[in-house]
Amino acid sequence: MSEAATSGSLTSPLATGSAPSPTRRNWVPYALLLPGLLWLSVFFVLPMVTLASQSLQEGNIDEGYVFTGNVGIYAEAFSRYWPHMARSLTYAALATVLALLLGYPLAYFIAQKAGRWKNIVLVLVIAPFFTSFLIRTLAWKTILSDNWVVTQWAQQLGITDALQAVGLTSTDSLLFSPFAVVMGLTYNFLPFMILPLYASLERLDPRLLEAAGDLYATPMQAFRRVTWPLSLPGVVAGTLLTFIPASGDFINARLLGNTQTTMIGSVIDSQFLRVLDYPLAAALSFVLLLIIVTLVALYVRKAGTEELL
Amino acid sequence: MGETRKGDLHLVALTKTFGTFTAVQPMDLTIPQGSFFALLGPSGCGKTTTLRMIAGLEAPTAGSIRIGDQDITATKAHQRNVNTVFQSYALFPHMTVLDNVMFGLKRRGDKDARRKATEALELVQLEGLGGRKPVQLSGGMQQRVALARALVNRPDVLLLDEPLGALDLKLRRQMQIELKRIQQEVGLTFIHVTHDQEEAMTMADTIAVMNAGFVEQIGDPATLYEQPHSTFVANFLGQSNLLRAEVVPGSPRDGITLVRSHDADLEVATDHLPAGASDVWLGVRPEKLRLGEVGGPNRLRGTVRDVSFTGVAIQYIVRMPWGRELTVVQQNDGSARASLGEDVTVSWAAEHGFALDASQDAEAGAVVEDDV
Amino acid sequence: MEAIINWVRRHLVAFAALVVLAYLLVPNVIVAVFSFNDPEGKFNYNFNRFSTDGWTNPCGTPGICDAVGLSLRIGITASLVATVLGTMIAFALGRYRFRGRSGTNLLIFMPMATPEVVMGSSLLTLFLMMGLPTGPLAILIAHIMFCISFVVVAVKARVATLDPRLEEAAADLGATPFQTFLRVTLPLSAPGIAAGALLAFSLSFDDYIITNFNASPSSITFPMYVWGASARGVPVQVYVIGTVMFLIALTVVIAGQVVSNRRNRQVA
Repeated sequence: MSEAATSGSLTSPLATGSAPSPTRRNWVPYALLLPGLLWLSVFFVLPMVTLASQSLQEGNIDEGYVFTGNVGIYAEAFSRYWPHMARSLTYAALATVLALLLGYPLAYFIAQKAGRWKNIVLVLVIAPFFTSFLIRTLAWKTILSDNWVVTQWAQQLGITDALQAVGLTSTDSLLFSPFAVVMGLTYNFLPFMILPLYASLERLDPRLLEAAGDLYATPMQAFRRVTWPLSLPGVVAGTLLTFIPASGDFINARLLGNTQTTMIGSVIDSQFLRVLDYPLAAALSFVLLLIIVTLVALYVRKAGTEELL
Repeated sequence: MGETRKGDLHLVALTKTFGTFTAVQPMDLTIPQGSFFALLGPSGCGKTTTLRMIAGLEAPTAGSIRIGDQDITATKAHQRNVNTVFQSYALFPHMTVLDNVMFGLKRRGDKDARRKATEALELVQLEGLGGRKPVQLSGGMQQRVALARALVNRPDVLLLDEPLGALDLKLRRQMQIELKRIQQEVGLTFIHVTHDQEEAMTMADTIAVMNAGFVEQIGDPATLYEQPHSTFVANFLGQSNLLRAEVVPGSPRDGITLVRSHDADLEVATDHLPAGASDVWLGVRPEKLRLGEVGGPNRLRGTVRDVSFTGVAIQYIVRMPWGRELTVVQQNDGSARASLGEDVTVSWAAEHGFALDASQDAEAGAVVEDDV
Repeated sequence: MEAIINWVRRHLVAFAALVVLAYLLVPNVIVAVFSFNDPEGKFNYNFNRFSTDGWTNPCGTPGICDAVGLSLRIGITASLVATVLGTMIAFALGRYRFRGRSGTNLLIFMPMATPEVVMGSSLLTLFLMMGLPTGPLAILIAHIMFCISFVVVAVKARVATLDPRLEEAAADLGATPFQTFLRVTLPLSAPGIAAGALLAFSLSFDDYIITNFNASPSSITFPMYVWGASARGVPVQVYVIGTVMFLIALTVVIAGQVVSNRRNRQVA
């Protein structure tokens, strides 16, 4: 009678518990999306367009600007400020790597080892994030100042000499140096690294590590072959969320650095608000944006967009 | 129930496809008002999809659903007089037990909701627990809340989607009896979806056995069990021993037909044979087989290959000379037991056999999928 | 000594975690300590003398409380609007199938990843072209813009944990889609929405770069005040307010944890 093949263990496609029957409510998701996406389109996407357009204009603040399609502005921007770009990207990269090195153990601890303390530690990670980062960065001025313990220990332990050798500082003090800027950047963006890492590590089933141990893996091997690969989505998300904003930051550089440590964000800021050279500033801004869009595009090509949020 | 069967549930050519996959083949079914009906089948057979279509949570691709004269195919789930007890209970975690049970009544503006809900909780023996939150109850209690929440609305049809799946064995057995009692007391139409054939046979008045989107057979438990129409039903409900046989032409006489299997002439009741068949599977249930003679020509010799003691019974696997193994189940009533390796005679009465067309797959229904 | 080394080796991860945690929290401690300072000179970088002047006279420095007030007003408004818009998007993403999912995900992600300089400067160019004056309204618009994404992330995380069977059960029991949303979906999503709103508020309150691009001389927010102060001279009150913010944040987050713990506690 029944000629239909016994088709294995096919469960109903909707048994995975996804959205309710879509046939009757086609318009609802679009209605929900519309206001928010409209706002973002007008106040995020459109400004990018005007930014690009502004960069191709010429003139000045008194006489007004005219769109001339002056692509040469990009060459000028690049030749004048490529050291700042490179510096920003370098500092951001250093800060990102540091944040990863520092943030991973903490995220791992919270996700896997904290037990009862998990919530408290999470609170302690999140709460500073909610308080004025300007003020906290100012606090670093105190921490790294010359008459404080940190600098004095560093001098005694020879760390300052090592840092000078590497070029991260130029004098015996820790403050007003690339070192301080990178420390500040790491500090400010550490939560952006920790939280995605934590989210990823929390989903790691500890029984996988038990299985690895059962199959003769040392802790180091288990980490390399099980934990690390499975936490990769979190690592990438954290890296993106740290590196990108860090490369555009200038607060840390202004407060903790010196004139040699100016970052590109600072240049854009002053060009826009002090020098009032809008086309140049817009061009710089756009170049920075392009670099970032490229990075994100590379990521999305590899991993798709679902993991982003 | 009344002679006016206007509350019967009718499924007419009800079909559901997902893209190229047909989950439910066109199905015609009538479920009498007030009966306890079971949809039985392995996971993936379409029983849950059918249930969801009746509930309105899934739109049929074709066909219609009627309750009495009223066509409800197009009405939305929240407008139908049909309620569901979900497999995972789906109790609202942020509401108390009483609020959960009152939910449906309140949506309809029932002023008497609180009293009715309290009565419903008494019916399922959870009185006094109305103030608790679902997370504070055990699985069995949550299941009863889900039942009360559906029952209290006195729907035309109450749907149960494998509601006992998460309970442990003893509790499940207890609930099976409970559900039957409640259904008889309340008099509503219950449609119960399950993959557990014992459960279906215990509780239901009528069972529809489903396989890969088709309904294989409908009937009361006894008929389905004793006279399966297909190898799937024969194997899925309980166990069956199936022997290849040929009908001996010209043999039907006094209600008995002879079939020849492995050089033995065996008797089977003529009305247990599919009409016009010549090659058949001769089927006998393990509990109908005896070790030793019962009289009559239905006997085969073989060797005991395995003995299993299950408390209530002893199960033997007897290997025939041509390689096939028969399962024999002997009640633990103190009678003589056979031992491993012993040569035995296996026999049965003619009226205990059934025959199925040999073109069917003898393994159908015997290999059951894992629980979902 | 050896016992300590052994403990560290066995609990390496915990030890590392503690060190990092300290790194995160030390500045907050410094801020708290220095709020009790009576600084010598204009800058509050060295501890001079213990004093509670900052606490007893928090609005003592001109302009600081106005700045805080403006930041509060903008923060609350931005948080409200961003929460509504972001929650709607999160529901669409988490509950429905629709075309353009990838594009939506990307559009929501970009503001979180774009440097603030770029966002702030581009908005400025837009406002200039539109003829919209800089000031509180411009700041508000900008804040709503970058908060939406974070709200979406917070709410979406919560919506993802919701059992869709619950909404089916509600419909099965006779609730219209709107009633289902009101009585089942919304209450169960509330923690996520609250988290999103809180996050939006703190992002708005704390923002400097984007705000600076879109502010006018008459609209000084608290971060702008602090920035100016860092060049001119940082009064103690700034540290006081910083400490208060930390304590409030700590309290709110802890309270949230306690509430959710109580909700999840099993009895039977």
